[in-house]
Amino acid sequence: MHSTSALSFSQATSLPTTNYAFHSHSAVNLRFCGLRRQAFGFSFSTHSTSTRLRLSTRAHSYKISASDGNNGTPPKSFDYDLIIIGAGVGGHGAALHAVNKGLKTAIIEGDVVGGTCVNRGCVPSKALLAVSGRMRELQSEHHMKALGLQVSAAGYDRQAVADHANNLASKIRNNLTNSMKALGVDILTGFGTILGPQKVKYGKVGSTYTLVTAKDIIIATGSVPFVPKGIEVDGKTVITSDHALKLEFVPDWVAIVGSGYIGLEFSDVYTALGSEVTFIEALDQLMPGFDPEIGKLAQRVLINPRKIDYHTGVFATKITPARDGKPVIIELTDAKTKEQKDTLEVDAALIATGRAPFTNGLGLENINVLTQRGFVPVDERMRVIDANGNQVPHLYCIGDANGKMMLAHAASAQGISVVEQVTGRDHVLNHLSIPAACFTHPEISMVGLTEPQAREKAEKEGFEVSVAKTSFKANTKALAENEGEGLAKLIYRPDNGEILGVHIFGLHAADLIHEASNAIALGTRIQDIKFAVHAHPTLSEVIDELFKSAKVKAPASTSTSSPVTEPVSA
Amino acid sequence: MASPFLSNSTISFSSSLKYSTLPRLSPSVSFSSIRFKSTPRRILTVRSKIREIFMPALSSTMTEGKIVSWVKSEGDVLSKGESVVVVESDKADMDVETFYDGILAAIVVGEGETAPVGAAIGILAETEDEIAEAKAKAASKSGASTRSAPPPPAPAADSTPAPPKSTPANAAPIVTEGPRKTVATPYAKKLAKQHKVDIESLVGTGPYGRITPEDIEAAAGIFPSKTNVGPVVVEAKPAAPTKATSDSSAPSSIPPPVPGSTVVPFTTMQAAVSKNMVESISVPTFRVGYPVTTDALDALYEKVKPKGVTMTALLAKAAAMALVQHPVVNSSCKDGKSFSYNSNINIAIAVAINGGLITPVLQDADKLDLYLLSQKWKELVEKARAKQLQPQEYNSGTFTLSNLGMFGVDRFDAILPPGQGAIMAVGASKPTVVADADGFFSVKNKMLVNVTADHRIIYGADLAAFLQTFSKIVENPESLTL
Repeated sequence: MHSTSALSFSQATSLPTTNYAFHSHSAVNLRFCGLRRQAFGFSFSTHSTSTRLRLSTRAHSYKISASDGNNGTPPKSFDYDLIIIGAGVGGHGAALHAVNKGLKTAIIEGDVVGGTCVNRGCVPSKALLAVSGRMRELQSEHHMKALGLQVSAAGYDRQAVADHANNLASKIRNNLTNSMKALGVDILTGFGTILGPQKVKYGKVGSTYTLVTAKDIIIATGSVPFVPKGIEVDGKTVITSDHALKLEFVPDWVAIVGSGYIGLEFSDVYTALGSEVTFIEALDQLMPGFDPEIGKLAQRVLINPRKIDYHTGVFATKITPARDGKPVIIELTDAKTKEQKDTLEVDAALIATGRAPFTNGLGLENINVLTQRGFVPVDERMRVIDANGNQVPHLYCIGDANGKMMLAHAASAQGISVVEQVTGRDHVLNHLSIPAACFTHPEISMVGLTEPQAREKAEKEGFEVSVAKTSFKANTKALAENEGEGLAKLIYRPDNGEILGVHIFGLHAADLIHEASNAIALGTRIQDIKFAVHAHPTLSEVIDELFKSAKVKAPASTSTSSPVTEPVSA
Repeated sequence: MASPFLSNSTISFSSSLKYSTLPRLSPSVSFSSIRFKSTPRRILTVRSKIREIFMPALSSTMTEGKIVSWVKSEGDVLSKGESVVVVESDKADMDVETFYDGILAAIVVGEGETAPVGAAIGILAETEDEIAEAKAKAASKSGASTRSAPPPPAPAADSTPAPPKSTPANAAPIVTEGPRKTVATPYAKKLAKQHKVDIESLVGTGPYGRITPEDIEAAAGIFPSKTNVGPVVVEAKPAAPTKATSDSSAPSSIPPPVPGSTVVPFTTMQAAVSKNMVESISVPTFRVGYPVTTDALDALYEKVKPKGVTMTALLAKAAAMALVQHPVVNSSCKDGKSFSYNSNINIAIAVAINGGLITPVLQDADKLDLYLLSQKWKELVEKARAKQLQPQEYNSGTFTLSNLGMFGVDRFDAILPPGQGAIMAVGASKPTVVADADGFFSVKNKMLVNVTADHRIIYGADLAAFLQTFSKIVENPESLTL
């Protein structure tokens, strides 16, 4: 069992046993009872900058005041309107929107601005994938010939590729920092700890802390790579995505534990750079979490023809880094029988079993909040719920730390939603309208429900589900690029034309999904959106055709174009 | 814009063959019926029919398909255009629909099973009365049909069962776990499967003794480049060429391939060589050899070499001058009934170029002087290497010269190209001890020349006389420079 994490903090977090499950889908189903009533009356919103204290006493003294604060009254005036703990993409999105709304905002960051996404995630990985995409094209003699191109052997300079990823990360990090500074967001350096309602201290570990107060607080501390028990990460031959993104070496043979999107993207990078890959997946199928049909097609294109093999239905129960002249040794255990099945000897192992929330040391105990497998429990409005099931006033948690949908842009959307709420406009984010993408070649993208999820929902709620599909093979632009491999799939209600889910596998799928996600977010129905015009010839016509091929019974709405403005609840 | 055929992944199958004519359907029938969905060929007079449902060809590369699921079950009534079965090809899963109304009488190939393209996967009866008959047919089909087992879903991951590690209870830390298991990389495993190489039989050369893709390629006999462009001119194999050629071309008795061998198809040029060589078998040939003293020629060659004259040009010129005196050797037999005397003396010279053989032609070699000839030859060789020879520059020869002397070959025997009367095979010139008529020994450079000729028109005495003339010219080469 992968039950505890090997993170630097001591608390044992138990995580799902899949090596990587798409957290979004399982998490979306988490429902917290609507606790609408706040325990406290509305508090003051006067600004005050005078109460910032520099305290030299030891930290435990604050715990006392924290417990006092739990029952007592919150401060009457605040240093800030909004304090965000964590300057990742979620915190950044929230900060920018808060400034936009006229809030005096501070953001606390203990590491580097940008968080996982910018420094150790989406951003540098895109740089590597940009390289792998081009390598793949240049290496595909068949593809080049079909276009009439002649290219001599393609090669790469590992360090230059690694530098490209690193430079991109620092560029984006600077952009984020500057954008916040320019808008007047205070960037407070140090680890933030919640002391009580509307009270936070921050500071470097081991040095003095500073106490700040804010009318509202958002926790946006994100996550770290999750490493299952028994796996020894040495950062050289047994690595997580944090190390892999530095591309310190390109192993001849790398085992990737977990075939979610992190694992898939790295398999794309490694195979393009000449490595052979072995996937280790705990579930019976590769790419769990993707729509099964898309997963199957993706496997045909992304796995089978490449130098990749896989073991499914097994856990990597023990991984020993290469040492003493021995390779990396991986012990595989059957996921069902728990019997040891096989041993692999490879040059490197990449642990891509998902991510664990980074919530330790946040001082959640001071406000009686118990994490669930490390995640901060929240309601549909991102309001933090305490151990008794009550809302913690003025405290919100967004992004990976709440585990609702572990995606950078979801965190940002959640942050914006919170700012909307604290500035007086009720807002509930529809997570089913948040797209996700996997940047393999070709890409995979999705929004809403998978077909099995839609069918399950339909059964429960008693409606009909239909599926429409279009192929990239029929798209002029895709054929011009000689990239006809791909499928777009629409899952919808034929009675009223509601879009339940859209899944795309094909060239630039990640860019194509937004037409569908916007339609879901705005509540646009198929019978209306099918009249929207697309430039020809573009890849977007794949989606155009998808909408047009759906058979909806409801007639198009009579009004020419008045998009639904009210938010659609999840 | 979009072709409807591609945009909706629905393909139809049909067959309008009557039961009596059914035994085996050519794949082309099933193919064409897919294409012409709108015009199913119906024979109106047919009373009742039992039709086969075929595994359709869903892509140009598809050779077999796997049944993902049957949408309909046995006994279901089908109407034209309905989806019946979902087939997985090498590219995608596709719904397959029927062109005909009827009853799905029997499923021949079940879900998860695989059938080759064109094979019957189900039986469609038109009326209920025919179901029994259709079922009987299905029974016979399923018995006979080449139903291949579904491919293993995962690459046979380490087919060696891991040695049962009997829980080494920490007592013996590193006891060697019996025979070491074979470790092969993912791509090595894929290649092994593709080339049917037994991984267990190999010894890995990779890190930690693992089997690498290169090991599999070596075992399968695949080498990165096929650099077999040896000096040997195909036309003139030193050893029994005729027999070898006929063997390799005999289509009836192809021996089973040696395990690990690879098949590399002929290039266009190689195919042309092969065709010509086979054609030559129909010509009755014979060979006459002659030793030629080359001391004088060698001396001349040294003199003219700085002027760009090559040995090939010298020999071509000598042969052409000899041919002037023996026109029969420059003739050919086109129809088996007559001599065709050629008005020009065109000397074709065999040249090995990358992966093939070509015979550029020195036209009117008897008329051109040695220097022009040498220059011409240089141009021809350059053109040949650039594959820019015009047809008349390689197929207008009336007599062929093949020289392997530069490789040290002392004598060989050439195959007569079609349409020519004779071919001369020239070996290396070597110092040889000779005794003259007076019994004095001396060392002379001797070169063995061997002519293969069509005996229908050229007889032994003709060749002997020609070779004598040739020999005299070579031994007194001053005339070559005139």
